[in-house]
Amino acid sequence: MANLKPGDEAIAFELPGVDDHHHALADHADKVAVAVVFTCNHCPYAQAWEDRIVQTQADYADRGVKVIAISANDPERYPDDNFPRMKERAQEKGFNFPYLFDESQEVARAYGAERTPEVFLFGKDGTLLYHGTVDDNYEDPGAVQNHYLRDALDAALADEEPPVAQTRPIGCTIKWR
Amino acid sequence: MRVRFLFYEDCPSHELALERLREVLDEKGIDASVEVVGVESEEQAQELRFVGSPTILLDGQDIAPPPPDAHYALTCRAYHLEDGRISPLPSPDTIRRAIDAAEKSEPGDG
Repeated sequence: MANLKPGDEAIAFELPGVDDHHHALADHADKVAVAVVFTCNHCPYAQAWEDRIVQTQADYADRGVKVIAISANDPERYPDDNFPRMKERAQEKGFNFPYLFDESQEVARAYGAERTPEVFLFGKDGTLLYHGTVDDNYEDPGAVQNHYLRDALDAALADEEPPVAQTRPIGCTIKWR
Repeated sequence: MRVRFLFYEDCPSHELALERLREVLDEKGIDASVEVVGVESEEQAQELRFVGSPTILLDGQDIAPPPPDAHYALTCRAYHLEDGRISPLPSPDTIRRAIDAAEKSEPGDG
């Protein structure tokens, strides 16, 4: 169960990224919306959605939207999720957003994230606008009926409430230590 | 044909995968019962050489054979679809092709 509900304030974090720089949520306080996405390398649900997340960042970047991806999986048990592999994945897939490593898992625990991928979308005042899955079809992007994240972003850009504020995250469980 | 379906409860696609497997078996007129096995521990994953959920074995053969260095673990499994996308589920075509191959390799059919 996520620790944040719509209207709650974002929880600050600062984590190392695959670009070897540290990234803080506060670095993006000027954005209209920031989507914090807990994800990972190995999970097929994360893989199924990652191109759509890349495209979402590309489509909304010039409108003040920032995606931040965080992997918190235990790399001892899941070596595909270790930091070097995260760097490789980001390069292979052309990630156009910071991909951060939550090695201590403290950020994921603070957010109450459970799945990969799992989206927490914050508005310009830093409060949670939308929490849940990216859209309603992990298997076929062409068959999506509800674009939850994009709809929430459109609402944020129009200074409106998202049509759906919460959905059930669908994906692999976060691999805790 | 011996059909085994191995799954890990935390991977949400297993029910849909089992439904898809049964549909393809029906479509092909194969009257085989599916042995459904829940994998519940890392030890069991190692013992069953379980590379992720869902895994479908036809006469002991994986419908999408994993690489030899595959990691056995309680995890969800990535399937490569015909168009290059990744899915947590095998496509019906992947299941169909595996069934065709299993039928051809069955002894005594010519």
